[in-house]
Amino acid sequence: MRVIVDEDRCVASGQCVMTAADVFDQREEDGIVVLLDPKPHRGLHDEVHNAVMLCPAGAIRVQEES
Amino acid sequence: MRDQNLETPTTLPIRRDPACPFDPPPELTRLGESQPLTRLAFPDGHVGWLVTGYDAARAVLSDPRFTARPELKHSPLPRPNVRPGGHDKPPAPGWFAGMDRPEHTRYRRLLTGQFTVRRMKALEPHIARITADQLDAMAAAGPPADLVQAFALPIPSLVICELLGVPYGDHAFFEEQTTVVVNMDSTEAQAMTATGNLSGYLNDLVRQKRARPTDDLLSSLITESDLTDEELTNIALLLLVAGHETTANMLALGAFALLQHPHQLAAFRADTALTETAVEELMRYLTIVHLATPNRAASADVEVGGQIIRKGETVVMGLPAVNRDPGQFADPDALRLDRTDARHHLAFGHGVHQCLGQQLARIEMRIAYRALFDRFPTLCLAVPAAEIPMREASFVYGVWQLPVTWEQA
Ligand code: HEM
Ligand code: SF4
Repeated sequence: MRVIVDEDRCVASGQCVMTAADVFDQREEDGIVVLLDPKPHRGLHDEVHNAVMLCPAGAIRVQEES
Repeated sequence: MRDQNLETPTTLPIRRDPACPFDPPPELTRLGESQPLTRLAFPDGHVGWLVTGYDAARAVLSDPRFTARPELKHSPLPRPNVRPGGHDKPPAPGWFAGMDRPEHTRYRRLLTGQFTVRRMKALEPHIARITADQLDAMAAAGPPADLVQAFALPIPSLVICELLGVPYGDHAFFEEQTTVVVNMDSTEAQAMTATGNLSGYLNDLVRQKRARPTDDLLSSLITESDLTDEELTNIALLLLVAGHETTANMLALGAFALLQHPHQLAAFRADTALTETAVEELMRYLTIVHLATPNRAASADVEVGGQIIRKGETVVMGLPAVNRDPGQFADPDALRLDRTDARHHLAFGHGVHQCLGQQLARIEMRIAYRALFDRFPTLCLAVPAAEIPMREASFVYGVWQLPVTWEQA
């Protein structure tokens, strides 16, 4: 899995950090998403998919890799 | 598919069943059972839409073709929700809740750094102390107590005051004015006056802080941005009103709901691991932003849920029905504090306007519910449930009072 975030779309809701704290963080100054781990291990995939659903701004995408 | 343009539009359902104060208005539930969107008649003659389906609500709130600008929207209620500058005028400078991208983004990003998950976590000890102080005072005064005045209102008021830099000594004033603004039983003129009073008060405060900055959000906005006094006043107003009124109603209504669901309350008490999902489930089940908001207007023809929403039509979310959509939540009318997907609720909205204060509200609720039921193991209602006055005709649902009692140790 490859995770892609779009800082311009992000509205700093913090939903992704609540959902997958190993993968996402927020910038100190404006709360915009920071991608900690663009290739999270399998055990985190469910959390990441959940974050995609919960992101209010459509700022997170995943590309599945075989 | 039925052509809904041929149907008689409905008016916005408001009346709840007094026997089920936690359930959406029965008429709203009924509408949601047959279709995700219904034609809605507005008091000014406009015909728009009411959304009751979960997917349709997400689609509208996340689509930039729907605008939040007040001058483009019709009010579904005879008494519109008053805003600085007027409900049918362009948003007042700084009132970013009524703006679209990119204008909205500019204001929101000045604030989001102050409301991150990490920042809010750092406030935990402080909120825990504020909560303990309120509960100590309630215990010292002895039973009975009104849980709204002793617990639900002062905690979020104190928290937002300290964060913003508003003197808490003035809380009686701004709580009273806010009540007038959100209560639909007050006239539009009364609501406008109350909004004016709040603006005047905050405008004075902004000028004081410009002269003598202190250590708070308002002061740092003044020193670190180039916002005008008018913008700062409107931002402060938005944060102050949104920041105490909503959370206060969640705290009181959530406590009432838990007291009325003794098995769920027993499970909550027995298991601290339940705190986070319990808060999300209470948010979903109670959906206190229940009436007329969020709403948007279509700036183009857009297809949603199999219907074409025409350019210019206003769309109103019926969040209480949306959050009980059986297509999204299994057994949606049951309060189940261990519901793992409760967080998918839209009680904080969705899209670019999703609640700015959601991480703060979550932390306040987690701490306050836990502390309340730990501190008062025998807490119960002091009057029959049917006598609790419900805020049916208010933009934010909740209780006006919650008389409780307990056994003194
Ligand atoms: C349980 C408590 C709360 C609930 C249920 C709630 C609910 C909501 C909802 C539904 C919206 C979206 C409105 C729309 O899309 O038109 C919203 C927006 C907002 N909320 Fe909250 N809220 C709560 C607590 C707070 C707190 C504590 C603050 C304090 C800072 C706050 C500040 C805001 C602001 C500033 C907006 C506008 C955001 C924007 O337009 O970008 N809220 N809230
Ligand atoms: S969930 Fe989306 S909008 Fe919220 S902080 Fe993460 S990326 Fe940004």
